Amino acid sequence: MDLTFSEQETAFRDELRGWLASNQPDPEPADGGEDAHYAWRRDWQRRLYDAGWAAPAWPSEYGGRGASPTESAIYFEEIGRARVPMAANVLGLLLGGPTLMVWGTPEQKERYLAPILSGEEIWCQGFSEPDAGSDLASLKTRAVKDGDEWVVTGQKVWTSGAQYSKWCMLVARTDSEAAKHKGLTYFLMDMEQDAVQVRPLRQITGEAEFNELFIEEARIPDENIVGGVGNGWKVALTTLMNERAGLGFALQIRLRQLLDDLIGIAAERGLLEDPLYADALAELHVRCESIRLLAWKGLTDVERYGQPGPEGSLVKWLWSDTNQRLTQLAVDIVGPEALTFGTSWSYEFLRARGNTIEGGTTEVLKNIVAERVLGLPRLKVAV
Amino acid sequence: MDFGFTDDQREIQRTARELLTGRASAARVREHAEARRNDDALWRELCDLGWAGIAIAEEHGGQGLGQIELSILCEELGRSLAPVPFLSTVMAATVIEQDGTPEQRERWLPGLASGETVGALGAAVDGTAELVVGGREAGVFVLIDEDGAGRLLSAEDAEVNVVEVVDPTRSAARVSAIGDAGEQIGDGACAGLGRALVSVSSELVGVCDRALGMTVEYVKDRKQFGVPVGAYQAVSHRCAQMLLETEQARSTAAFAAWTADSDPEQLAEAAAMAKACASTAGREVTASAIQAHGGIGFTWEADVHWLYKRAQVDAALLGGAKRHRARLAAILADRVGASAAA
Repeated sequence: MDLTFSEQETAFRDELRGWLASNQPDPEPADGGEDAHYAWRRDWQRRLYDAGWAAPAWPSEYGGRGASPTESAIYFEEIGRARVPMAANVLGLLLGGPTLMVWGTPEQKERYLAPILSGEEIWCQGFSEPDAGSDLASLKTRAVKDGDEWVVTGQKVWTSGAQYSKWCMLVARTDSEAAKHKGLTYFLMDMEQDAVQVRPLRQITGEAEFNELFIEEARIPDENIVGGVGNGWKVALTTLMNERAGLGFALQIRLRQLLDDLIGIAAERGLLEDPLYADALAELHVRCESIRLLAWKGLTDVERYGQPGPEGSLVKWLWSDTNQRLTQLAVDIVGPEALTFGTSWSYEFLRARGNTIEGGTTEVLKNIVAERVLGLPRLKVAV
Repeated sequence: MDFGFTDDQREIQRTARELLTGRASAARVREHAEARRNDDALWRELCDLGWAGIAIAEEHGGQGLGQIELSILCEELGRSLAPVPFLSTVMAATVIEQDGTPEQRERWLPGLASGETVGALGAAVDGTAELVVGGREAGVFVLIDEDGAGRLLSAEDAEVNVVEVVDPTRSAARVSAIGDAGEQIGDGACAGLGRALVSVSSELVGVCDRALGMTVEYVKDRKQFGVPVGAYQAVSHRCAQMLLETEQARSTAAFAAWTADSDPEQLAEAAAMAKACASTAGREVTASAIQAHGGIGFTWEADVHWLYKRAQVDAALLGGAKRHRARLAAILADRVGASAAA
C-alpha cells in the first residue's frame, strides 16, 4: 500500500497544475443562454487541445499523452480542482474515441479521432429510448439495409449536446428476428441531415442539457458501422464501460468543493457549533472521503488487473446519494436563498435528483452489485 | 498510488485466515462464548506465532511491523470472532509504545509482545472506564480520559469489576484506579489512540465481511415461493447495501492504517473517520445480516448474532460514530478558522 504519487505522476500533476494556473478559461458568459455557454466550452477545449491537454489518456499515436489510469484520474481531479469546465466534446473524448480505438477500422480511426480531439466535430450518444432506459437492449430504433446504406427510423432520448453534434453514436436494431442483444448494430450517424430532428428536453432545473432525437428515414453508409453488423451490444458495452472511468474523479472533487463551500457557510453562520449540523456535515465529510478512497482503490485494480473491481458501481451509487444529501442539507443551512429559483444552491439540489438516474440508476447499480459482485441469483422476469 | 497489499502482507492475511478457519471454527467459538471463557490454547498458539507483538518494536520483543500488518490480523480475528484478548492487548501496547516513557516501555512491552501479559485500554470519564474489553484478565491497563490524558495501571493499581457484556466472546470490565495509584502516561495528548482506533475499525471490517459472506450464502440457499430469497430485490439490494458499507469501512480503515505508518500528521483525522465509518457499518451490516436470515437469524442457534454482538461492543469501544463525527466536525471547524485567518 502506498497512497502517494510516484515521481512521474507528481511531475504529470505539477505540469498540469502549472498550465492550468496560467491558462484560465475566459469568464463564463453571463447571458446568451446555452449556446454561448457551449461556445465558451468549445473555445476552452481548443486551448486544452493546443496545449496537448484535451485527452491525455489517449495514446500518443492518436494525439494524446498515453497517460496511465492514475494520471488520467489526476487529470480529472485537477480539472475539477481548478474549477474549469470539462472540454465541450466530452462524450467524443471519453466515450466515442476510446470505443473507436477498440472497435474501429483503420479508416475510421484516421477519419474521426483527430476532429474529436480538437473539438472540430462534436459527438453525442444515441442509446436510450423512451421505452428502453435501464433495459437498453430492448431498444426499437430500426435500421434497414438499402444498397450500401442503412435507413434508420426511431426515437432517442437524453441525448446531451445533440444540437451541437456532428456525429451520433447510435445503436439500432438491424435484425428483429435475432435475440434481443444479438440484433443490434452500432452506427455513426451524421446529425446534419433533415431526417434527424433535435428537440430540447427541458428538465426540472429549467434548462435543457438533454434532447430528444426524432429520426425519420435517416441514411447511414455501410462504412459508418462500428464493430460489424449484429455486434452492437458488445460495442455499446465498451462505450458504457468508459462512461464513468474518468469522470468519477472530476465529480468527486466537485462534491468535495461543494462540501467545503457549505462548511464555510455553516461556519459563518455559527452552525458548526450546533451539534446537529456539525454531525450532518461530519457525516458528509466521511462519505466524501470514502468516495475518494474507493475511487482510488478501484484504480488500483485497473492498474493491477486491467479491469475495474466492484468499486466502480459503488462509487457512482455513493456519489449520487451523497450529492443529494449534501445539496438537501445546503437548503437547511443556506436558508430561503437556496429555494429561490435561479440561485446556485437551488440549481444544485434540483440537478442532484438526476444523479441517481443518469449513467445507471441506483436500482440498476444495486442489481449489478448483487448479481456480478455478490453472485446472487437473478430474478426471472416474465417477458 | 497503490491500495494493494505487498506479497508479504498477503501472506500474513492468507496464513492468518487459514489458521483461524481451522482453530476458531464456529463450533469452537460457540463453545467458549457460551461458557464465557477465552480460548487459552488458541491464544497461546497465536502468541507463539508472534501475533501479539507484530507491531511492537524488535527491541521490545516484537516483530517491528506496521499498523497495516496489525490491521490485517485484527480484521482476520474479527472475521473469526476468536475468543482471545488480542485486540485489547495490542491497543494497550500501542499506547504504551507511542506515549510511554522508556521505563514504561521497558517494563510492559516485552510481556505484551509475547502475550504473557494481557493488556487493556479504556476511555475514562471521571476516572472510570465503563467498557474495558479484556479487563478480566488484563495485567496492565491504560485509561485515557476525555482530554487525552493517560493513566497507566498495573492490575494491583486497578479496581476491576467484570461486566457480562452482550458479546461473550471476550471479557469486559468496569475499571478505575484505586485511589491515586498508577502513573501518568503521555503528555496529555494520547498519540497512540489513533492507532488503537484503527485496530478496532479493522476488526469491525472483518466482522462486517463475515456477516456479509454468511448472509450471501444463506440467501442463495434459502428458498421461499419457489426461488432463493436472494433473487428478490428487497433482499439482494439489502446485500448490496451491506457490501457498500463494508467497503466504505474497509477503505477508510486501510487509509487510516497507512497514515499511521506513513503520514502520521493525518492520523488523527483518518482514525476518527475510520472509527465513525466502521462503527456505523458494523451495526448496520450485522443488523442486516440478522434480518436477511429471517427467523433463523433471531435464534441462539444461528451464529449470526455473535457478529451482531461483537459489532455492538466494538462500535461503542473508544467512542461511537457520533463521538468521532463530533471530533471530525471540530477538525473541520479548525480548518475553516485557519483558512479564514490566513
